[in-house]
Amino acid sequence: MPYALCFLLFMIGLYCAVVKKNMVKIVIGIMVMEYAVNLFLIMLGYRLGGIAPIVGKEDVAGAGGQVTDLFVSSSVDPLPQALVLTAIVISLGSLALMISICIRTYEKYGTFDITQIRRLKG
Amino acid sequence: MSVPLPVFIVVPLVMAFLLPIFGRKGKAAATFLANLVTILLVVLAINAIRQLAVIRVSGDQEAVIVYEIGKWPIPLGINLVLDGLSSLLLLAISVVSAAAMLFSVRYMEQYTAKAKFLCLFLLMVAGMNGVVLSGDIFNLFVFLEIASLASYALVGFGCEHEELEASFKYMVLGSIGSIFILFAVALVYGNTGSLNMAYISKAIQSSGLNAGLSFAMALFVVGFGLKAALVPFHAWLPDAHQSAPAPISAMLSGILIKTLGVYALARVVFNVFGISVSMGWLLVVLGLLSMVAGAFLAIGQGDFKRLLAYSSISQIGYVVLGIGLGGLIIARAGNNISTEELAWASLAILGGLFHLVNHAVYKSLLFLTSGSVQMSTGTRQLKQMGGLAEKLPFTRATCTVASASVVGIPPFSGFWSKLILVIAAVQAHFYWVAAIIVFVSLCTLIMYLKVQRYVFLGELPENLRQVKENRGSMLVAMVFLACLCVLMGLLIIVPSLKANILDPAVKVLADGLEYSSRIIGN
Repeated sequence: MPYALCFLLFMIGLYCAVVKKNMVKIVIGIMVMEYAVNLFLIMLGYRLGGIAPIVGKEDVAGAGGQVTDLFVSSSVDPLPQALVLTAIVISLGSLALMISICIRTYEKYGTFDITQIRRLKG
Repeated sequence: MSVPLPVFIVVPLVMAFLLPIFGRKGKAAATFLANLVTILLVVLAINAIRQLAVIRVSGDQEAVIVYEIGKWPIPLGINLVLDGLSSLLLLAISVVSAAAMLFSVRYMEQYTAKAKFLCLFLLMVAGMNGVVLSGDIFNLFVFLEIASLASYALVGFGCEHEELEASFKYMVLGSIGSIFILFAVALVYGNTGSLNMAYISKAIQSSGLNAGLSFAMALFVVGFGLKAALVPFHAWLPDAHQSAPAPISAMLSGILIKTLGVYALARVVFNVFGISVSMGWLLVVLGLLSMVAGAFLAIGQGDFKRLLAYSSISQIGYVVLGIGLGGLIIARAGNNISTEELAWASLAILGGLFHLVNHAVYKSLLFLTSGSVQMSTGTRQLKQMGGLAEKLPFTRATCTVASASVVGIPPFSGFWSKLILVIAAVQAHFYWVAAIIVFVSLCTLIMYLKVQRYVFLGELPENLRQVKENRGSMLVAMVFLACLCVLMGLLIIVPSLKANILDPAVKVLADGLEYSSRIIGN
């Protein structure tokens, strides 16, 4: 169910990016898609009642230094969180670039409406 | 001399962020340093091919060099992989970027903020080298985004009406493509529990494709298809190529769409997921659609660079067709593939990859000549030019060489790759594919005759009497690429060059899923 909602969010973003005529709304749609994917990544590593994946003294059992089964079964997967951090930074960069292009375009054309910004054809 | 693989990424990346420090006063120094970096990368790429050749001579036919970043063993850490296909792409990237950088020394004097241009240019090169070398699928996405973001900014570099519009269009479609790729990476991670391409491949081999992975595959095709501008996803390319500064058009068309699109798609389809019959057909159909639609749209264009852009779509179709045809033959035969079928498949893939390299050289040369014409005459409209043959003799000569290559007139480079594609299609009994290849070549001939006719022949308009040839670095870059156009045929004729540059790349794709065992061992 949460995955279906996440996919719905993705589709809403895609719909907004494809259908809307205002440049800023298109940018918002793309960002909604981006966040839906980030949410999906977070959900991959999520675990109900999970603990941080840091091995403390009480998590080690036996002489071999093996971690306990409890730790293995309840710690969350840290990798998706690292991926999301990277993805957020990248999307920040592209958001900044997109918005600055929107502003420059508005200065030139005096409108955000993409149906009126049509000099390139063919 | 063995060079660690991160050098290919680190050198342009560091230099990219150092150059803006020079500011307006140190423009000459910054330009010199940027050129030094791109030429250094050519030397390093040739050295990388030589390194692989040395390994091959010592007996290990499936030469790969794996670099583990920070000495973390895979799959814990990120790895860089240099194999035959990567080294071929590295060489193409470095040659085209060196020529484009040399060209922009003079060409970019028309624009302000040259240091920023150099910075973005090197950032793009670093991103592309990263994509080619990465052995980790999320890392591939990160480098792909570095290269794409730099290219969005470069397309809009002029900050005029058309540039901004094209840049926004490119950026929206490019971002959607990137998000699809990220979504697919997340699905792959969720289903296989790994991000290393070799380990993903191993997991898929043992468990087979499930619904999630098939969906990821579809997302990859759309995402990389958008980056490669294959036909249903091509809307951004003509605008972006038309509006960008000429050296950037040359980079975009020559190498960016191939690295981010075709290379990444081929790597994921062949080496990670494994080629299937339906996937092979999909690539063949996408390739044919791009070839035919691109060629028809190109003939009707009145803008020099827009015509070249549509021609790029058509030519990228040849590459995807060759690779897809090879994959289709391999997948259709299944496990008990005969040596004959493997030879056909290898020939088709060889044609595709050789066409990729050829196209990188001649299409960037064509875009550079279009930039030279635009700088001299101030227009890109074909109908407003004419009779420039005597005013711009060198531009004319190089443009004719490149046109002859793209059309496929022997002995220029394009002839060989198209010949190989036709032979492969006929041998594998795809006669209609061979017929379409020849037909699209004829359409290509028409469009380049149109270029010659309107730009260089005919009557010289009154207002163009005073135009002068561009000399200096622009001329050197164009002549360099033109010489390559003539000499590229040697890659296929001279056995030692073929065995060390093209054959290993073909083998990487033809062997498909053996990629994983090469990297992790058995």
